[in-house]
Amino acid sequence: MGRQPDGPPPPPTVQKLRIRYAKRGRLRFASHRDLARALERALRRARVPMAFSAGFSPHPKISYLGAAPTGAASEAEYVEIGLSVRCDPEAVRVALDDSLPEDIAVLECVEAGAGTGSLADRIDTSVWRVELPGLDPDELARAVEAFLAADVVTVAKRTKNGLRDIDARPSVASASASTGAGCAILHMVVRQGTPVVRPDDVLAALAAVADLHPPLPPRAVREAQGRLDGTGTVADPLGPDRTAGAPDQEAHATV
Amino acid sequence: MTAELRTTAGESLYPRLEPLLAQIQKPIQYVGGELNAQVKHWDAASVHWALMYPDAYEVGLPNQGLMILYEVLNERADALAERTYAVWPDLAALMREHGVPQFTVDGHRAVADFDVLGVSFATELGYTNLLEALDLAGVPLHAVDRDESHPVVVAGGHAAFNPEPVADFVDCAVLGDGEQVVGDITDVVKAWKAEDRPGGREELLARLARVDGVYVPRFYAMSYGDDGAIAAVTPTRDDVPEKVGKRTVMDLDEWPYPKQPLVPLAESVHERMSVEIFRGCTRGCRFCQAGMITRPVRERTITGIGSMVDAGLKATGYEEVGLLSLSSADHSEIGQLAKELADRYEGTNTGLSLPSTRVDAFNVTLANELSRNGRRSGLTFAPEGGSERIRRVINKTVSKEDLVRTVTTAYANGWTQVKLYFMCGLPTETDEDVLEIADLAVEVIRAGREASGRKDIRCTVSIGGFVPKPHTPFQWASQASPETIDSRLRLLRAKINEDRKIGRSIGLRYHDGKPGAIEGLLSRGDRRVGRVIERVWREGGRFDGWSEHFSYDRWVAAATEELAPFGVDLDWYTTRERTEHEILPWDHLDSGLDKEWLWEDWQAAISEDEVADCRWTPCYDCGVCPTNGTEIQIGPTGRSLLPLTVV
Repeated sequence: MGRQPDGPPPPPTVQKLRIRYAKRGRLRFASHRDLARALERALRRARVPMAFSAGFSPHPKISYLGAAPTGAASEAEYVEIGLSVRCDPEAVRVALDDSLPEDIAVLECVEAGAGTGSLADRIDTSVWRVELPGLDPDELARAVEAFLAADVVTVAKRTKNGLRDIDARPSVASASASTGAGCAILHMVVRQGTPVVRPDDVLAALAAVADLHPPLPPRAVREAQGRLDGTGTVADPLGPDRTAGAPDQEAHATV
Repeated sequence: MTAELRTTAGESLYPRLEPLLAQIQKPIQYVGGELNAQVKHWDAASVHWALMYPDAYEVGLPNQGLMILYEVLNERADALAERTYAVWPDLAALMREHGVPQFTVDGHRAVADFDVLGVSFATELGYTNLLEALDLAGVPLHAVDRDESHPVVVAGGHAAFNPEPVADFVDCAVLGDGEQVVGDITDVVKAWKAEDRPGGREELLARLARVDGVYVPRFYAMSYGDDGAIAAVTPTRDDVPEKVGKRTVMDLDEWPYPKQPLVPLAESVHERMSVEIFRGCTRGCRFCQAGMITRPVRERTITGIGSMVDAGLKATGYEEVGLLSLSSADHSEIGQLAKELADRYEGTNTGLSLPSTRVDAFNVTLANELSRNGRRSGLTFAPEGGSERIRRVINKTVSKEDLVRTVTTAYANGWTQVKLYFMCGLPTETDEDVLEIADLAVEVIRAGREASGRKDIRCTVSIGGFVPKPHTPFQWASQASPETIDSRLRLLRAKINEDRKIGRSIGLRYHDGKPGAIEGLLSRGDRRVGRVIERVWREGGRFDGWSEHFSYDRWVAAATEELAPFGVDLDWYTTRERTEHEILPWDHLDSGLDKEWLWEDWQAAISEDEVADCRWTPCYDCGVCPTNGTEIQIGPTGRSLLPLTVV
């Protein structure tokens, strides 16, 4: 066997924090990998006492949940971090927010509630708002109506293995059109599944069923994520952690 | 560009760029907003600099030179500096379609709005990207067609030591270290603007030509003889120097830049922070242009390095620090530095590395020290030449026994991958010199398996084609043709694969010899080569450093047609050996090296004679220190790193 690192194993995770953050403005063009790098460096600059994996190449304990696509903004991205020293979640939120670029905002930070299960299990749906500059809202409304009336809407999706036909219709739980400043706005609730249906796929579907071709590139914002209930509402995924409260407290370290 | 698309100077183009970004690859590289980037108020500055690295963002962003000048200039209240990089063809096509000009990533300001466009050429293969950027910017390609509304185009970086191939496209070239000269240029431009631009562009360039280290090609006329070689280089004004010297920063501790290194969101080629621990090198490797043109050696002190590492890590959040220089293990305090930095960062998951290493057992000790808290995976050595004979020719002498012993020591210390760098096509080289690389690699694996008791060790042999460079003893040499290089590499591959039991532990990485031939044309070219560059760009040549964009055939066709009227060709510039007294295109540009010394060293190379390092043996009169009034700046200082206060 190879060498093992000298010295004791790294300190264990004593606290898990769940974070909601936004990517806005220019940084909507950041990819998931770009954001992950920025977050890891910001955690170091903010001196958040991260827990690390063991071995020669220790990695900070960070779990990312499904990221919004490159080019889409989001108000609801989620990440879970493991700390080696207990900290006040709000102090971590402020320190991390200060260390990140302005267009990445750390909105919430809560301690994972004991016995509340995993965060991933609380997210299966995205709420999207897609601004379509220069498009007539009535035209969008007609296209949405045609889309919802269809049983199957096949679109070609670019995947790792080339173009592949998918049915965009079943993932869309609801959709509607509204009027914005100089644009039409598409609102929709989309289930996260395999294959993933993204705003671009729904726009391709609207082109397929109603020949809808917006004159300018769309601006998509993921407004929320969570579990879709029977009434069509998406629940706040951090809700159970908030109500569970933190486990037994020792003194919090300051960040 | 149509009238309604015109903007006021310094206005952001971002609203017009944004819709295009949704349609292209890796848009993050164009949005700016990196950690430690700056956007200053346009009107508050008198002199506006656009700093360009003429390659993709991921390559250009980590460039230390650009980062240093960006910070040095922005520290001045009267100056503003922003960055711009080569735009990939997908965005360039959309920019042309929508009338969006070349922009800076900081303020998304039009490059044409700036007073100075500084372009850093680390390699000559960026020349077509300069033309593309000028064209996208709406700045006339040829310097003679520009008026006082256009930026002054200044070339810098190592390739600027022979700027003749781009002499028609740049207004000035700067020789040597940039830290101080950018301030001098700023002063000249500021005064000329404040006086309401007297004498127009001609007067501004004449003033710049009187700044130490600044070369203005238009004030030097070239004439050529019947043999195709330069007959004379004649200044056309009596107020410009006959020979332009280089700039040298003497005390690196006074210039601790970058203080706030830029950290991109996008992935770049160097995912670490770098601290330059010394500048210059006097090892005297005869192929190495960097080592020749950056003399003398100037060390940063151990305490200066320690505070830069500390400040840089705090400012960036990087988890690795590279201790940069041309041969980092040669720093007079390196042993102590390695130990004290490793002590300081123990338990913080901070990696330390020496990117450039000679074949020397001491380097294994150093690497062990720097990696004592982390993983030992790969270690790189650069013997450069396959045989002892060719290593004497290039003045990088190490015996085969020492080489094998050093690499074996690395395996025995837990390093499982060793990378060995070589060159192919060196002067006087034969097939046998290259084939010895295979013998070395085989012996290294055999000895390494025995010493480490492991079968999974690997040795990667990485080979590049040698390109003779200006201001080196090999500036007169014949460059090996692509056919010669490709044939030697084929022979080498076959020999490595002879014994599969060993060969499967050896990786071979190389590129074909064709890009090297074009790099050779651009490196030792003269002003006539500018027509070839322009032709290649007009036919779509971009990103010539990228194999998927480089077209050898396009370059060869352009060279054949554009050089024919002058009676010269590609081979004349590349495979032709020069004679002692031929006027070389860079003879009027003074790196400080005495041409007679370079010739003697070239003759010594052919005779396989070595020359020792002047840091530890007497001066051998290369000429640099007396010419420039400089001297070697090395320690040890006797100081040590103080422990950092724990936060």
